[in-house]
Amino acid sequence: MINELLLMNGYGLYVWSSFIFTLISFTSLYLIIKIQYIKEKNKFIAKFGTLNSERATFAKSQGTIKEILSNTSNI
Amino acid sequence: MFKFLEPNRIFSITSRAPKYVLVLFVIVLTIGLIESLILSPEDYKQSHSVRIMYVHVPAAWITLGIFSTITLLSIFGYIFKLRNFFLISKSFAPSGFIFNLIALVTGSIWGKPTWGTWWAWDARITSMLILALFYLIYLLAWRIYENKDQVYKITSIITILGIINVPITKYSVDWWNTLHQPASINILSKSSIHSSMLFPLIIMTAAFALFSLLIFLMKYNTELIKIKNKGLDRL
Repeated sequence: MINELLLMNGYGLYVWSSFIFTLISFTSLYLIIKIQYIKEKNKFIAKFGTLNSERATFAKSQGTIKEILSNTSNI
Repeated sequence: MFKFLEPNRIFSITSRAPKYVLVLFVIVLTIGLIESLILSPEDYKQSHSVRIMYVHVPAAWITLGIFSTITLLSIFGYIFKLRNFFLISKSFAPSGFIFNLIALVTGSIWGKPTWGTWWAWDARITSMLILALFYLIYLLAWRIYENKDQVYKITSIITILGIINVPITKYSVDWWNTLHQPASINILSKSSIHSSMLFPLIIMTAAFALFSLLIFLMKYNTELIKIKNKGLDRL
């Protein structure tokens, strides 16, 4: 059963390499975008931390900034 | 008119959505992989090599769909001066490009056992390669040009030129004698593919669509945070 699944009548190499290439592409793109996201978010948090209280309050009043600060998910 | 498309409103949704989309994508992909690699039957002519179809065809469909979407958004964005449409287009492009690469590479791998060659300068394959070049130029334009008005104009021109290639890709198998087989699935007429193969194909298409949605959401959030970072600099 396992051998049949791996070999696929001699087509296993073609089939598995296609699926593996697809999954590697997915993982690579996901990781690249995730790293970019984390980097930008950390940059934002660092910049926001340097604001004085007046500017921070003004910045917080903007919808998106409030959302970025409240969203702790790293996805 | 397009107030509901303002970044602030969209971000409240897009910042929460990726984790749910990721879970859904993993579930649908798992079902799709089991269906396409184990449960679906082998073809009477192509034997097990037909299974490559389950990654090749959805990737090709989605890359063409994404390029068409990018073009429409760019044109509307340019006409109505909607910056957010350009941001959405930019966020869709990376997954469109990856799906284009997947379609080309898996097509090449499928070509070897089916046609006896890895590559042929056939109308369908060549037009897909041209589409990949348009994606590449589009993505590079965003990196090269700093001036926003300039980049909006240039990316719109790239997509308008690139969209000419989309119907050529789609109908190349009908217009010319090519190595590539004609479409097996038609929305308007009866499809020539058996339901036992159609079902895994639909599941894999859904999984790929969810992946492009996931990447779009993550990229869009990153772009919005980038804009806000610039805004903080000006405070």
